[in-house]
Amino acid sequence: MSPHAGYNFGFLDEYAKKEIRRAILKAISIPGYQVPYASREMPMGRGFGTGGLQLTLALIGADDVLKVIDQGSDDSVNAVNLRRFIEMTCPGVSTTTRTQDATLIQSRHRIPELPLTARQILVLQVPYPDALVVVEASEEKRKTMHGEADYSRLLVKLYEDIVKFNEITISHRYPTRINGHYVIDPSPIPRWDVPELDHSAALILFGAGREKKIYAVPPYTKAQPLAFDDVPFRVEDFRDEQGRRRGCHRCGCTNSFLDEFTDSSGKKLYQCSDSDWCDGQRRSPRE
Amino acid sequence: MGYVAIKGGGNAIAGAAAATEFLRTNQSLHDAAAQPLAINAVGHQLCRLVDRIVSEGGVYHPTYAALAIKQSLGDALEAAFALRAWRSTMPRLTATPVLDTSRMRLIRRISSAFKDIPGGQMLGSTPDYALRMLRMELLDESPEIFRAFARDWLKGFADDVDADLPDSFPKVMDALRAEGLLPPVDKDRIREAFDITREPLVFPVPRSAALATMARAETGSLLAMAYTNMRGYGDIHPTVAELRVGYLPLLLPHPVTGELAEIGEALITECEVLAMYGADDNGGIPTFGIGYGACFGHNEVKAISMAILDRALQKGMKDGPSNPSEDPEFVLLHVDGIESMGFASHYKMPHYVTFQSDLDRLRTTQSKAGASQ
Repeated sequence: MSPHAGYNFGFLDEYAKKEIRRAILKAISIPGYQVPYASREMPMGRGFGTGGLQLTLALIGADDVLKVIDQGSDDSVNAVNLRRFIEMTCPGVSTTTRTQDATLIQSRHRIPELPLTARQILVLQVPYPDALVVVEASEEKRKTMHGEADYSRLLVKLYEDIVKFNEITISHRYPTRINGHYVIDPSPIPRWDVPELDHSAALILFGAGREKKIYAVPPYTKAQPLAFDDVPFRVEDFRDEQGRRRGCHRCGCTNSFLDEFTDSSGKKLYQCSDSDWCDGQRRSPRE
Repeated sequence: MGYVAIKGGGNAIAGAAAATEFLRTNQSLHDAAAQPLAINAVGHQLCRLVDRIVSEGGVYHPTYAALAIKQSLGDALEAAFALRAWRSTMPRLTATPVLDTSRMRLIRRISSAFKDIPGGQMLGSTPDYALRMLRMELLDESPEIFRAFARDWLKGFADDVDADLPDSFPKVMDALRAEGLLPPVDKDRIREAFDITREPLVFPVPRSAALATMARAETGSLLAMAYTNMRGYGDIHPTVAELRVGYLPLLLPHPVTGELAEIGEALITECEVLAMYGADDNGGIPTFGIGYGACFGHNEVKAISMAILDRALQKGMKDGPSNPSEDPEFVLLHVDGIESMGFASHYKMPHYVTFQSDLDRLRTTQSKAGASQ
């Protein structure tokens, strides 16, 4: 007996897929609003991308080309594990590591460096769907605050950061206002990726499995990170001590998000977090 | 090079699976007579573990629960997770009507409220009064003695022992209710149960959603929450009106005649607690408060914990929570073992990108702090 014997195409039963698709339509109709849904248990851990996975499985068809990344890499263990599970339960689906070839991209913690197009859907895995959780623990109260677009306590938090540290200390999961109303937690993408949300050509969907929420940034929709007129939003700084922008040690790219690590000789190295981008730069740096 | 660590992820995953399978099978290397663990043996000799897994897995399938225990090497959180994940692919076909637990085929029934109860107290199998001393003779148990005990024990009963048993045992709560010591049942409030597998919890939630969430909660989490209330962060002060364990007949309408027919039975534990009374808000006469707990399998600590929390949550829903155990969000969003263990495990996954972002913030903040000093 094969390990997946007895399971439906896409693992989920069709009722579950329909429910998720309805939630997606609602999420697109109300940009940034967190739509509650039942969220089935998946055969991998809550926190490993079960929310993103349910979106992918509800959307994927046999003609789709799927790319799965984790930390920007197609080869990360969790990306491999998710891709393998989708290949196993969705016979006929093609997978790719090339961003430009994918119709559906599931990702954890990164938006690909290559700008996405209108024929692509990006699914982001979400651990904490609610940007207000840092200032209000009760979900019931947060729901009211969102309804009233009351984000004053979040802005006070940013202000207090500036008073205490002379800097906004939010590193990732940067609160971002969608279409002038709902503030979302854009998933643990770095600040580097937040500008990609604004007027993105691709539909961007967010799935929180454990917290049972789906939300969306529809194509060509306004997405503004919270900031002040005199303290603008800033992405990660990759300049060295002399103020020069660091480059990837592998492809030389100086305009991508970099991971830093230490090699066995103790030397610090910087490398593109997006592995497909890095490979592309090595093939043709001007691409 | 660091980058290589995340290359070849597929091989690493396959290797981890093989290493786990080796752990399961390596007994055979130094014990030629080693046998794979029979599912039947798990079902019988580790029945309390199976009970826990059917309860936390949220589906009454003792055979698959035993399989889940076997494949997870006895890790209870993992076993419940595997069973739940299987369950989540099953469509919901129908729902039974409200089942009458006075019709349970009982294997145990006690009340701590009264010395004697109609139908009688029945201790059944329980570790409650067992001396927890290690039984060294089981280290190397004789198969003959093992088999003889069960056979000889049954010989002590008459062949027609079943014939003497009544079909139902009255509920202790019914007698109290007849005396006017409990709030009356509001028949209008009986409505379809909230299905937590098909609807998300959006607070405030109905009591049936709270009960369903607790019925498949992780035992230890539920116990810890209830214990906070027992110890002092709460004032339920429960008395166990009745705790019963047994096989509950499951009824469904016959597809042709529409009449209710028994389609099987499930082992369940049910606990009803009485809480000290408070003043009635509407100026009526005061009555005891009630807490209800029920779950698949023989899980008494879980059912008692659930009953206490049900009482605490009802109080919190009515008056506003004054303790964590009375706060529906606090209790219900933190007792599911599949969710909490998944999230605890996810911290082991790579977080390079977010940590890079954290480094950026700390270095910038440090350099600004350094510059201003």
